[in-house]
Amino acid sequence: MTSVLTAEGAQVRPALMSRWLVVAALGVAAAYARVIWFTPPEATQGLAQKIYYLHLPAALNAYIAFGVVAVTSVVYLWLRDPRADRVAESSAEVGLLFTTVVLATGPIWAKPIWGAWWTWDARLTLTLFLWFIYAGYLVLRGAIIEPEMRARYSAVLGILGALLIPFIHMSVYLFRTLHPMPIVLKPDRPSLPSEMLQTLLFSFAAFFLLYLALLRERYRLGEERALLAEREGHAHGGD
Amino acid sequence: MRDETFGSVPMGLAAADVELPGLARAAWLVARKDLAIEFRTRTAFFSAIVFALLGLTIFYFAWDATAVAAIDLAPGVLWVIFTFSGLLGLQRSFGVEQADRAMDALLAAPVDREAIYLGKALANVVFVAGVQAISLPALALFYNVPLGGVWLPLAGIALLAAVGIVAVGTLFSAMAVNTRLAELLLPMLSLPFFVPIVTAAAQTTARLLAGRPAAEAWPWLRILLGFDLVFVVACAIAFPYTLDE
Repeated sequence: MTSVLTAEGAQVRPALMSRWLVVAALGVAAAYARVIWFTPPEATQGLAQKIYYLHLPAALNAYIAFGVVAVTSVVYLWLRDPRADRVAESSAEVGLLFTTVVLATGPIWAKPIWGAWWTWDARLTLTLFLWFIYAGYLVLRGAIIEPEMRARYSAVLGILGALLIPFIHMSVYLFRTLHPMPIVLKPDRPSLPSEMLQTLLFSFAAFFLLYLALLRERYRLGEERALLAEREGHAHGGD
Repeated sequence: MRDETFGSVPMGLAAADVELPGLARAAWLVARKDLAIEFRTRTAFFSAIVFALLGLTIFYFAWDATAVAAIDLAPGVLWVIFTFSGLLGLQRSFGVEQADRAMDALLAAPVDREAIYLGKALANVVFVAGVQAISLPALALFYNVPLGGVWLPLAGIALLAAVGIVAVGTLFSAMAVNTRLAELLLPMLSLPFFVPIVTAAAQTTARLLAGRPAAEAWPWLRILLGFDLVFVVACAIAFPYTLDE
């Protein structure tokens, strides 16, 4: 945890970890305690199904995160408010993290259930491409130094990326339906028994809290970085 | 702003004497400029052609010819090559404007910024279509694919795909040249966007070559058309935001 000193020498961020993050971490831990000890195992998949309570909430929150990127990108181009850009940046990063969780937990579940770590199922492919789009977004951000230009460029990419998602969605579904594969495909979504549904909702809420907490942390980090860059700029300017 | 710029036209031309170019005409002037540069140097076009031919050759040897029939390979190979050779041209699109800060002069011209984008895109479509026009017969030759009855619809699909690739690629080219990663960034940003195009085009091509009924390719064609429509409009609107203000 880095902390930045203000001109008066006071720390901007005295806390090691924000209260939000602590609450969110406890929430996720509680959700998992519920998943492991208080939710019955699924009849056919057994323990492997437990990963579902981590996988699906992470996926849903990644979608939310990327939705936030698109909205704040539009807001930035409209109002030119650097705060909108900072939210977009933070949300993209947290979204990419959640997508990574989805892509990591998926194969762990798929190996015992489908018999393969990876298949080119529509949903898997779409998630992988989401990862590529927002990884590109963050690389673009890293490749531009000037903050105003970085904000404009990434807002353009953030909006175009959101426009691209439906097209990838359509093509991967069409690709699959026209080429049915002779391997086990993802079964239709089962209608969950209420205990499982409650656990899922609990887990989703915990992950949403985690998303907000990480977003907030990342946003503050962005603020500090901007402050630091400004100060270094002044230093180089020789004032 | 237009009138101001226009008032400074040299050689005593009164502003009223010269008609301002409309969007289409201005776009054509920008495209003609780019095509003239490319026609006189021919460096990018020539290297894109050689690249495409090399690609065709390498892909042929990457598979066991006795296990995979060349005709099954052809559509995929074709579209991978179109995509990557297209990137070579796109890379250059705004690269040429960097020398002597030519971009500033282009921006000072009394034309809409959308016209600059459309002109650049038009020149790029000609470039990509030119590469396609040479590599398509080369594919027929090397992979022994009979193009006889299907070359016209195939050319139509190639053009539709070229429009989509160029719409997105031109915008990203304008962005990428201003970043620290320039050459690396363009493929990284563009390729995810090329996925629906390449998938749709390759699937349609495969059905055409296999002599399947056209109705089977229609859902793919619809994706291609939708992509072109959405991204030509979106990128033309987005382009002014990528310029220094």
